[in-house]
Amino acid sequence: MRTITMKVNGVSTSHDVPDNTLLVSFLRETMGLTGTHIGCDTSQCGACIVHVNGKSTKSCTILAAQLEGAKVTTIEGIANGDELHPMQQAFHENHGLQCGFCTPGMVMSAIELVEKNKNLSEREIREGLEGNICRCTGYHNIVKSVQDAAGKMGG
Amino acid sequence: MYSTKYVKAKDIDDAATIMASAEDGKFLAGGMTLIPTLKQRLANPDCLVDLSACGLSAIADDGSAIRVGAMTRHVEVAESALVQKTIPAVADLAGHIGDRQVRNCGTIGGSLANNDPAACYPAALLALGGTVHTQSRSIAAEDYFDGMFETTLEEDEVIREVSLPKPEKAAYVKFPNPASRYAMVGVFVAKFADGVRVAVTGAGEDGVFRASDLEAALDANFSADAIADGTVSADGLMSDIHASAEYRAHLIGEMTRRAVTACG
Repeated sequence: MRTITMKVNGVSTSHDVPDNTLLVSFLRETMGLTGTHIGCDTSQCGACIVHVNGKSTKSCTILAAQLEGAKVTTIEGIANGDELHPMQQAFHENHGLQCGFCTPGMVMSAIELVEKNKNLSEREIREGLEGNICRCTGYHNIVKSVQDAAGKMGG
Repeated sequence: MYSTKYVKAKDIDDAATIMASAEDGKFLAGGMTLIPTLKQRLANPDCLVDLSACGLSAIADDGSAIRVGAMTRHVEVAESALVQKTIPAVADLAGHIGDRQVRNCGTIGGSLANNDPAACYPAALLALGGTVHTQSRSIAAEDYFDGMFETTLEEDEVIREVSLPKPEKAAYVKFPNPASRYAMVGVFVAKFADGVRVAVTGAGEDGVFRASDLEAALDANFSADAIADGTVSADGLMSDIHASAEYRAHLIGEMTRRAVTACG
């Protein structure tokens, strides 16, 4: 066991957890932040993506213990009150989700992608989302959503 | 995952000391292979020694080579102006490993220490004739790889940095598995003043290897035309559910032609 302190969605938090606790378990089970999903559990699907110190990270493939003092942002931390983040709004308006299971990871991954490069081509968006698997949409409307959000995020 | 103890090492000597006191410890670099392995209970180390605070992530120009710290993340190598300028093939290679999240965490030292037979970095180290520097010695690429998932590193030996000589021209081209994105075949071609070196990953039964037939052909004529169909033998290549040895041999020829063309 160890005490882990990190800043999650802007709030400093401390919990005692076993050393082998994955970040995704820390978020979902210890903190009750179940917006971050566990999809494949084999580091391939990207449903569990959060931001760790600003970088998109698969929370099923990193230990909470590695993140002492880190800043973590989850899907619960990106809206401004009732106002959705432009990426969330774009997914909503462009029908960028069907069952919605992959969506938290898609949105977190896409935000970092757009923040790094606001003038993405369609190909760059598709390549940039290689770490996110969606079994419903065929990706088409996800790409449209990211293009739309990139414009709204200052592209 | 089995229960284990996690320790963050302060520096490279501290890491070696902690490892020496563990019964069956593992060094934790980016964790992109180790943590999935632990989750599947394919390993049961009593201690994980995290190297992330050991200050091993600088990239420096060393005259005829670049030196890359072992804990440098793939994204940092891909985006480094120095690497892009001096050995663009290495920046390109790093920028196409796994996916963006893997590149945000995975490290050059972790990749080389793991020596996955389908990893990209081993091909770069071998083709460039690089050197692995640990806390106690320097190991030339030729003496470093020791078969699939094996290296000549000792149990408590930590990679400090890697030096990669600057070639006149180089390119890396891979044929990724459509599902896993690991290289089914990856070929790194490097042209130096004293000859051409070609290293192949993803295909060899013993992991990464140098393709001497291709090197001889390209030494005589550095052009894609120099690689005729059938130049590469299927002997010693892997056959698995993804591809037969014969198909991999064909891919090695084709990836080599594409790499030579990409060298310009």
